[in-house]
Amino acid sequence: MAEIRVEELSIEFPLYHLGARSLKKRLLAATPLRLRTDDANRVVVAALRDLSFAIGHGERVALIGHNGAGKTTLLRTLAGVYEPVAGRLSVRGEIGSLIDPQAGMDPVATGRENIMLRGLYRGMSEAESLRLAQEVAEFAGLAEFLDVPVRTYSSGMAVRLSFAMATAMEPEVLLMDEWLSAGDAEFLARAEARLGQLVRDAEILVMASHNMEIVRHWCTRAIRLEAGRIVADGPVEEVLAG
Amino acid sequence: MSATAPMLEFDAARPRRRERAIADLLGGLVRWRLAWALARSDVTNRYRGSVLGPLWLTLSTGVMILGLGLLYSTLFRMDVREYLPWLAVSLIVWNLIAAVIGDACVALTSAEAVIRQVPLPHSVHGLRATVRNLLIAAHNLPLIAVVMAIFGVAPRLGIVLLPAGLFLVALNSFAASMLLGMVCARFRDIGPIVGSVMQLAFFMTPVIWKPELLGALAPLQLLNPFYTVMETVRAPLIEAAVDWRVWASALGWTAAHCALAFAFFVRFRGRVAFWV
Repeated sequence: MAEIRVEELSIEFPLYHLGARSLKKRLLAATPLRLRTDDANRVVVAALRDLSFAIGHGERVALIGHNGAGKTTLLRTLAGVYEPVAGRLSVRGEIGSLIDPQAGMDPVATGRENIMLRGLYRGMSEAESLRLAQEVAEFAGLAEFLDVPVRTYSSGMAVRLSFAMATAMEPEVLLMDEWLSAGDAEFLARAEARLGQLVRDAEILVMASHNMEIVRHWCTRAIRLEAGRIVADGPVEEVLAG
Repeated sequence: MSATAPMLEFDAARPRRRERAIADLLGGLVRWRLAWALARSDVTNRYRGSVLGPLWLTLSTGVMILGLGLLYSTLFRMDVREYLPWLAVSLIVWNLIAAVIGDACVALTSAEAVIRQVPLPHSVHGLRATVRNLLIAAHNLPLIAVVMAIFGVAPRLGIVLLPAGLFLVALNSFAASMLLGMVCARFRDIGPIVGSVMQLAFFMTPVIWKPELLGALAPLQLLNPFYTVMETVRAPLIEAAVDWRVWASALGWTAAHCALAFAFFVRFRGRVAFWV
């Protein structure tokens, strides 16, 4: 049974490569909300502060909040990219991440090489990668362009390929940064259908979005983040109304 | 779903760092095919569109060997037939070591985009850097064969130790990629410092000059990790004797290097995603 459990979780980003001294002066002058100096006298951004929530089987959760509220950081933490500085985190179930569909793409390699590479990134065997290649090739509909370097693609073609690669999975926990949409009218309809299927098949969806229509349509629960804290958590309509 | 569903668990109060570091290393080894594919595309991408491709390296190393061989055999008053094959092996091995160390500094920062997006074992990037440099160095192998054929140097029995020497270099390369990769990600000034240290090391280490020229001071070179690790590859290729002191020193340095890298990795693995 897929499950996400987060208790008192905090993430802090150290700011190393800027003039920490001048910044510190400014921090002393104002009373900042999220920038502070930690015990080791480093300037850190408190990206997520003291989050606690649990997401159970079948829940469709929307993360909402302004830019910089911590939505993507939370998604990356759930995906296992960032290790929290405090708190506990457990995610049960196979994680599929649609945080950045372009990640790991090699522009110099051909479309097909990129698909095989993606298979390796996901730890697939040779046979599984070949199946992935076939499936992606069919869905992206790039025909002979699949054997041409990706950097020569039009932006629409590149999006088609990355969309097809990113959505060719069957995760139990789906993490998504914004609803993906891609391509021309014909592809858009197919992309919508495929993403809908992916979301329906996943046991848990966690999606960051600014589009309230999409949130209302797909999600059952919303968590509103503000400056790295949870300010509201509940059924979508309640949170959106509040 | 069954009880064996994959599980991501983290508790900041009990970080279990050593366990995670070992899991990361094993995870990297399991994904050797990814490291291999990435390393191979690194090499082909670097030379995509060029006619000779990585053979340019072979060519430039060849020219360098010829030039330095003729010059220094005159300067050191040595027989060119003896000196040049030795220099060829020497320079090729040194180039490998220098490339490994230089590349180690960017092993993690160059994979920044992947590290911050995809939860992968960090050791994959160390393996990638190691394989990349070994692949590039392999392009120089024909050069050694050519030089040996021209000067009629036959490989001796010591050559059976060559795989062991190459393994030591690879192990050091991996350790350096993780250690320097992390340190250089955190402190961006370390990269240029390493560059100048390597330049100094090139002249201080018997690369273009033979260790015997030091006379009574020659044993001091046993303390030089660059010399002894290099010698574990060079000696099997070109020299007759197997010096156990060289191997002892090389093994000792490698063990210390790996231990230091592992200790660092255990302590700071979780911070890498924030550093790059």
